[in-house]
Amino acid sequence: MSAANTTTPLAGKTVGISISHLTKQFNNVTVLHDVSFDVHPGEIFCLMGPSGSGKTVLLKHIVGLETPTSGSVRIGEYDAADPETRAKVHLAFVFQAGALFNSLSVYDNLALYPREHRLGSEVSIRERVMYALQILSLEKAAGKMPSELSGGMKKRVAIARALVMEPQLFLYDEPTAELDPVMGATISEIIGTLREHTAVTSLVVTHDRSLALSIADRVAIIMDGRIRAVGVPDDFKHTTDPAIANFLNPVVDIKNPRFKQLENANE
Amino acid sequence: MKQLTALCENFGSAICMLARSARHINTLPRQFPRFIEQCYLIGYTTLPIVTILSFFIGSVLALQSGYSMQNFGAKQFIGTLVGLSMCRELGPVMVAILVTGRAGSAITAELASMNVYQEIDALMTMNIPPERILVLPRLAAVLVMMPVLAIIANLCGWYGGAIVCQYTAFISVDTQSYFAALKRYMEFNDILDGLLKAEIFGFVIVTICCYIGLSVKGGPREIGASVTRAIVVSLIFILVLDYFVTKALL
Repeated sequence: MSAANTTTPLAGKTVGISISHLTKQFNNVTVLHDVSFDVHPGEIFCLMGPSGSGKTVLLKHIVGLETPTSGSVRIGEYDAADPETRAKVHLAFVFQAGALFNSLSVYDNLALYPREHRLGSEVSIRERVMYALQILSLEKAAGKMPSELSGGMKKRVAIARALVMEPQLFLYDEPTAELDPVMGATISEIIGTLREHTAVTSLVVTHDRSLALSIADRVAIIMDGRIRAVGVPDDFKHTTDPAIANFLNPVVDIKNPRFKQLENANE
Repeated sequence: MKQLTALCENFGSAICMLARSARHINTLPRQFPRFIEQCYLIGYTTLPIVTILSFFIGSVLALQSGYSMQNFGAKQFIGTLVGLSMCRELGPVMVAILVTGRAGSAITAELASMNVYQEIDALMTMNIPPERILVLPRLAAVLVMMPVLAIIANLCGWYGGAIVCQYTAFISVDTQSYFAALKRYMEFNDILDGLLKAEIFGFVIVTICCYIGLSVKGGPREIGASVTRAIVVSLIFILVLDYFVTKALL
């Protein structure tokens, strides 16, 4: 279900990801156990899982911020753990909290990448930045500082900043976390629209079921550091795996002893 | 043993950070605005406190030495004593201590908060080495500003001493005699040695403060802890280095 390459100004040659037998330990605690899956070029791949299941650690391996204890992560033909890979592959990471540079205005946040990599004159950088701001309806926020923005706007600026990089690979870490449902829907629409505009490969890490099942071409479920299942969204709608079913459609059991304890404590 | 290993590891990592910064030295001309901004932060914002404190240190030095020297009729050497003490020792050390407190702490706090709030990670994913835009301009700025601050500290200290000598009744050495004594026994090398010390201290302060700021792990609480650590480590290094540099220069 990969999208065709387009020739919009921000389009780049897309790349896939190949994760093979990835294991990660921190102080003898294994966070990722023998994780393997592929993300095909041009697709939107959602990695879902409960909090603490290792999603963000996995994402950090893809961007090269962590190195595997064993196994490998490859982006296209390059090893993700090699710092040189970031020079060869345009990779954009939208952090959960945005990670905007607080000392720079929104415009300068977006212009930092092209300026530092000398991707044209100041005029062409301006065009590029304004184009990205326009896609995300942020033209009026260009002169603002990150501290003046709402949570949703910060997320959109982070996406715009990633877009300016003309990425071949878009990585989103919990793009709808801490947002209201309307803003969450807007962000998911933006992710879909960006793929249409740029044909870029997107890996979305989330525990937002509706986001994942609505935008993804394929979904993987990770639990306790292990990949539990990989498939198209429809595969998960009628899953027979009780753990996945419980994660996707959680049912609160009020007869659970933990709730009894809470009740007693309240009395 | 564990602490020694950690010390060696930190020392090695700091050297690696410097090496990575040096790799980008050719980018310095196009980082001119950042360099100017850091010159402002390191130099201009530290200047008032350097001026005031060095003036009073020179004054106190003149007062104390005048009080002691009057007993054996050596008041005419107060200028020499204040002049040499300021330019060889007190000027550079005091400037280094003030830069640590004023600019070093700010550098560590800024870099640590960038680290905690994932701005450093964002730079790395954008293939922008943090050493290039965060460490290198600061190192360049401190190397330019430290001698300037040390010269200003020397001048203020000398004038502080001169005013005290002129207007303190039990000293009453006029300004002309004070500066004549200052010039007579002081060589240009004395000033250069002091400036060299200031350069070394400045380089060490910024290296330590940047390194500690960039290696912070954890939450916002770590920002404050890292600032304290950076100041303590910098002060220890300044005073220990001061002995060795002085010995090497004598």
